[in-house]
Amino acid sequence: MNTNKVIQVKELTKVFGDFTAVNAITFDVEKGEIFGFLGANGAGKTTAMKMLIGISNPTSGKATVAGFDVFTNAEDIKKNIGYMSQKFALYDDLTVKENITFFGGIYGLSRKRIKEKAAILIKELGLENVANKLVGSLPLGWKQKLSFSVSLIHDPKIVFLDEPTGGVDPITRRQFWELIYKASHQGITVFVTTHYMDEAEYCDRVSIMVNGKIEALDTPKKLKEQFKVDTMNDVFLKLARG
Amino acid sequence: MSIKIANISKSYKKVNALKNISFEVKSGELFGLIGPDGAGKTTLFRILTTLLIANEGVASVAGFDVITDYKSIRKNVGYMPGKFSLYQDLTVEENLDFFATIFGTTIEENYDLIKDIYIQIEPFKNRRAGKLSGGMKQKLALCCALIHKPKVLFLDEPTTGVDPVSRKEFWEMLKRLQQKGITILVSTPYMDEAALCDRIALIQGGKILEIDTPAAIVKHYLKPIYNVSANNMYQLVNSLKAYEYNHSVYPFGEFVHYTDRRSDFNPAELKVYLESKKLSNITIEKTVATIEDTFMELAK
Ligand SMILES: Nc1ncnc2c1ncn2[C@@H]1O[C@H](COP(=O)(O)OP(=O)(O)OP(=O)(O)O)[C@@H](O)[C@H]1O
Ligand SMILES: [Mg+2]
Repeated sequence: MNTNKVIQVKELTKVFGDFTAVNAITFDVEKGEIFGFLGANGAGKTTAMKMLIGISNPTSGKATVAGFDVFTNAEDIKKNIGYMSQKFALYDDLTVKENITFFGGIYGLSRKRIKEKAAILIKELGLENVANKLVGSLPLGWKQKLSFSVSLIHDPKIVFLDEPTGGVDPITRRQFWELIYKASHQGITVFVTTHYMDEAEYCDRVSIMVNGKIEALDTPKKLKEQFKVDTMNDVFLKLARG
Repeated sequence: MSIKIANISKSYKKVNALKNISFEVKSGELFGLIGPDGAGKTTLFRILTTLLIANEGVASVAGFDVITDYKSIRKNVGYMPGKFSLYQDLTVEENLDFFATIFGTTIEENYDLIKDIYIQIEPFKNRRAGKLSGGMKQKLALCCALIHKPKVLFLDEPTTGVDPVSRKEFWEMLKRLQQKGITILVSTPYMDEAALCDRIALIQGGKILEIDTPAAIVKHYLKPIYNVSANNMYQLVNSLKAYEYNHSVYPFGEFVHYTDRRSDFNPAELKVYLESKKLSNITIEKTVATIEDTFMELAK
């Protein structure tokens, strides 16, 4: 196995009843890469991501994530990756600090480590003034940045982000991407979905799913060349309605 | 005037969600409310749809007062709240049917209004709403808000989570609804959508920063903006942010939008600086401001 390929997926498939949501997708992601996982609504992104993070059993195919098999080692995957779901993942009725402590506990960090981590996170995100406020009272963009940092609390090798910037304002969206760049710079692999096509440009490589299949996969630059257009938005428009 | 808002203020326990807001939306206008999360957009929607009562000020929708005539408003407006109002255990079709029934109409009667969006989820009409993808739910919620052919349509972030192709189709549909005489007040975090409105209000911290046509708002941006690109985006952003003369540095797809604090800014000088930071393939070209630039400058 090539150890630089932290995600290896072969013909991965998910069927619900008689509906194939993910249809034999095949791709690899390299260590430290920012991999954009794009596609139209209902294309199968969230479904595929859930299989990769070990919370949904594939119907068929193969996949390893951080060296672990999604069929046989789902538990190990969960411990070694971070995940931010499409719906907000923190507890609104806990404070910022309590959320960090709670999730640190879930990942089995020691009390001492949790304390250290909490202090670092709060400082890095500039949340000192709201550390004891309920998360529910924070603006969406702050929540999303916090949620991202919490998903990294156990120092995972890979982080999966499902539409982390949906509905976030332009300035905070850019700050969020700075966090992504920073993580990637530290060697963390970032697997991210988005419907913002300017964000697709910030990815090292991008795949585009249509009706359960990956129809294109390359760097943003090469995709634009391939489809002879100037923007990722146009690449998407060309592909998504088949 | 289809919507009149005069001196509306609303505060929750400690926060002032809306501070003395006034504006009017003309009949048949497509009006955008643009602002970050927490700006007060949803509070305003809730006041206009009679779900919340303002502390001060008056407002009317389609000629009806939001306090004294709230029943008429409810019959005549469509509202798509930002958070889903769908019944998760009903199927797609049952949800739509439910909303049609409570407004005393049928899916067939107003089908042409929702057709463009509905055909995209129709193949899944027997699926429970809870099992739809995020964007598919959004499309269904919109159909539900439209099914009784409202005079005024309130859309709170209708395209959040909606893919680019569907967003485009969605806005084409809004334009068609507008031609049918429906007044639309829409909020969106997508700045490219703001450009498609007749007029927009930029709102932040419960206050209106500006109200005008998108074209006029963009003209208010006075600083020259430069598109900068180089071989490495992350280093480019970091280097520009470390440059002592920068006024603003914002990534914009494959470019970074850069403005300088000096009036006699010389791009060649910036290039030399970036080269000293080991960047290559540097380009610096003047570009025009977008709504997004204007918004970020105002929100700074
Ligand atoms: N538990 C389920 N049972 C039946 N169908 C499902 C289930 N979960 C997902 N689906 C269907 O699988 C398809 C893919 O859904 P998925 O959530 O993966 O899409 P997505 O690409 O994440 O879309 P979005 O961009 O809107 O979030 C959709 O048609 C959805 O309705
Ligand atoms: Mg999804």
